[in-house]
Amino acid sequence: MKTVPTPLRDIAKVVRSKNAGPFEITLDIIFKSKEDFEAVKQSGVITKELISELYNVPTQAIITFGFFDLVNAVKITLPRARVQGGVGETDMHAAQQHVPLQEIRVPWPVA
Amino acid sequence: MASSNDEIRILTPSGMLGYGFPLDHFRLGLAQKPHAITIDSGSTDSGPQKLGLGEMTCARDAYMKDLEVLLEAQREARIPLLISSAGGDGSNLHVDAFRNMIAEISRKKGWRFRLAKIYADIDKGLIARELKAGRVEPLGPVPPLAPGDIEAATVIVAQMGAEPFLKALDEGADGPGGVDVIVAGRAYDPAPTSAMAIRAGFDPALAWHMGKIMECGALCAEPVGRNIMGYLRRDHFEVEPLNPAERCTTMSVAAHTLYEKTHPFLLAGPGGTLDLSNCKYEQVTDRRVRVSGSRFDPGKRYTIKLEGARVAGWRSIFIAGARDPIFIGQVDAILDRVIAGTRAYFSELPEESYRIIPHIYGKNGVMGDLEPVKVPAHELCIILEVEAPTQALATAICGKARTSLLHAPYPGRIATAGNIASPFTPLEVPLGQACEFNVYHLMTVDSPTALFPVRYEEIS
Repeated sequence: MKTVPTPLRDIAKVVRSKNAGPFEITLDIIFKSKEDFEAVKQSGVITKELISELYNVPTQAIITFGFFDLVNAVKITLPRARVQGGVGETDMHAAQQHVPLQEIRVPWPVA
Repeated sequence: MASSNDEIRILTPSGMLGYGFPLDHFRLGLAQKPHAITIDSGSTDSGPQKLGLGEMTCARDAYMKDLEVLLEAQREARIPLLISSAGGDGSNLHVDAFRNMIAEISRKKGWRFRLAKIYADIDKGLIARELKAGRVEPLGPVPPLAPGDIEAATVIVAQMGAEPFLKALDEGADGPGGVDVIVAGRAYDPAPTSAMAIRAGFDPALAWHMGKIMECGALCAEPVGRNIMGYLRRDHFEVEPLNPAERCTTMSVAAHTLYEKTHPFLLAGPGGTLDLSNCKYEQVTDRRVRVSGSRFDPGKRYTIKLEGARVAGWRSIFIAGARDPIFIGQVDAILDRVIAGTRAYFSELPEESYRIIPHIYGKNGVMGDLEPVKVPAHELCIILEVEAPTQALATAICGKARTSLLHAPYPGRIATAGNIASPFTPLEVPLGQACEFNVYHLMTVDSPTALFPVRYEEIS
């Protein structure tokens, strides 16, 4: 099957970021179907190492990283770069920190 | 009204008191004869200024509007109304503010209520003693608590579990079941719903899980909504949104526990950890989902989460546009020079006593260093944030930086009249006090109720 590198924003149902309390940020990638979820998981593209690079967080500091079958989702929780709402805050709710994730490209069958 | 032996029904009109909710759907819920109405009011999500400055999440008028609807429903249905985390931070100040709003509505309407208030401010001396005794630990990636943090926090609250609600429901003003309304300070969001279910003798694991889903109203529905009904039975529970245009699906309900949580299946709270890894989700109707298999691990120690914020200083900003590509190409270097020059001008101030932080929209204003796109846009919005010990000083530093930026020379400059476009006056905007979360720790307690005093009152 012919595949092309396709960004997650064209594959996933939800790609989002949000505070999980004032000291953590959590990122969810939720897929439309079990098949899509499995295909992305099998591609091996989404790894702790990639998250570490995209979010400038050492792999050992990653709080949660996993593919969760029951909800067809990848969940990633990281320490916040700064405490929520303090001086220098750029995103109070951490609601716009998902963009690097949705640009991740995985090999995807051409429709 | 006691629940039947085989089902307890809980109505939650919204994920946040004060945001409003559709009344027609709320009425549909009341028609199903719920055993309680529960609604949360709390969140740390909109920032530390609530704890730091005693501000509430919503405007007083917004709370009054929601409260009047809820109090009227309580009177008609004669079921308990449980409100948690009053005002957003759940401080004593806001429990009393909610009490006063309820009293004002009661006076206007000629209504009477038996009210229980549950307070959640924690004595700083006690926290200091427990810290010394090694019973206070960071929650997640948080620095260890220092005695100075306790002092610096304006107020410190703790999230209560279900037990203080159970106590208030059982003791009541006129003995068991005598409470109409509970206004609680800071509480674990699912606590009011789970307390009602635990009190009726249902499985605490299911009670916590149902509470966890319902605390956000119908956020677990597609499309997301407000009013939701929960039906808890012996070995499962069901949830259904009250807006007929919304539906719960197995996936929307299962995935909801991802939202704003550290882990999708392990949810720690006061008194234990909810484990959802073996849950079963079944579609009962096209709009209703049945959940079973939730587990609850009480853990070895009972811990409560402490929350506190301090006032860091005073903040002023200026907002400026930039359009000239010669300027935009050098913006970082120009700002570095402007900030260095401003610091040199205020050399009498200790360097660490104030902060100057540029936010450059159109370049990396949202993501900062993590921004993957390195080429700036054709126009920029520059917001310079200054935090200093007084408002006057913050504004003065901000003003010096703004005028320097307006006239700063840079290589290749041909627009010699001014570098930035200012949209508003005042050119420097005072923002008031800036706050920072500085307490977010777990404290081990011997009693789940001792630190959360309950006070009963007749409101008429």
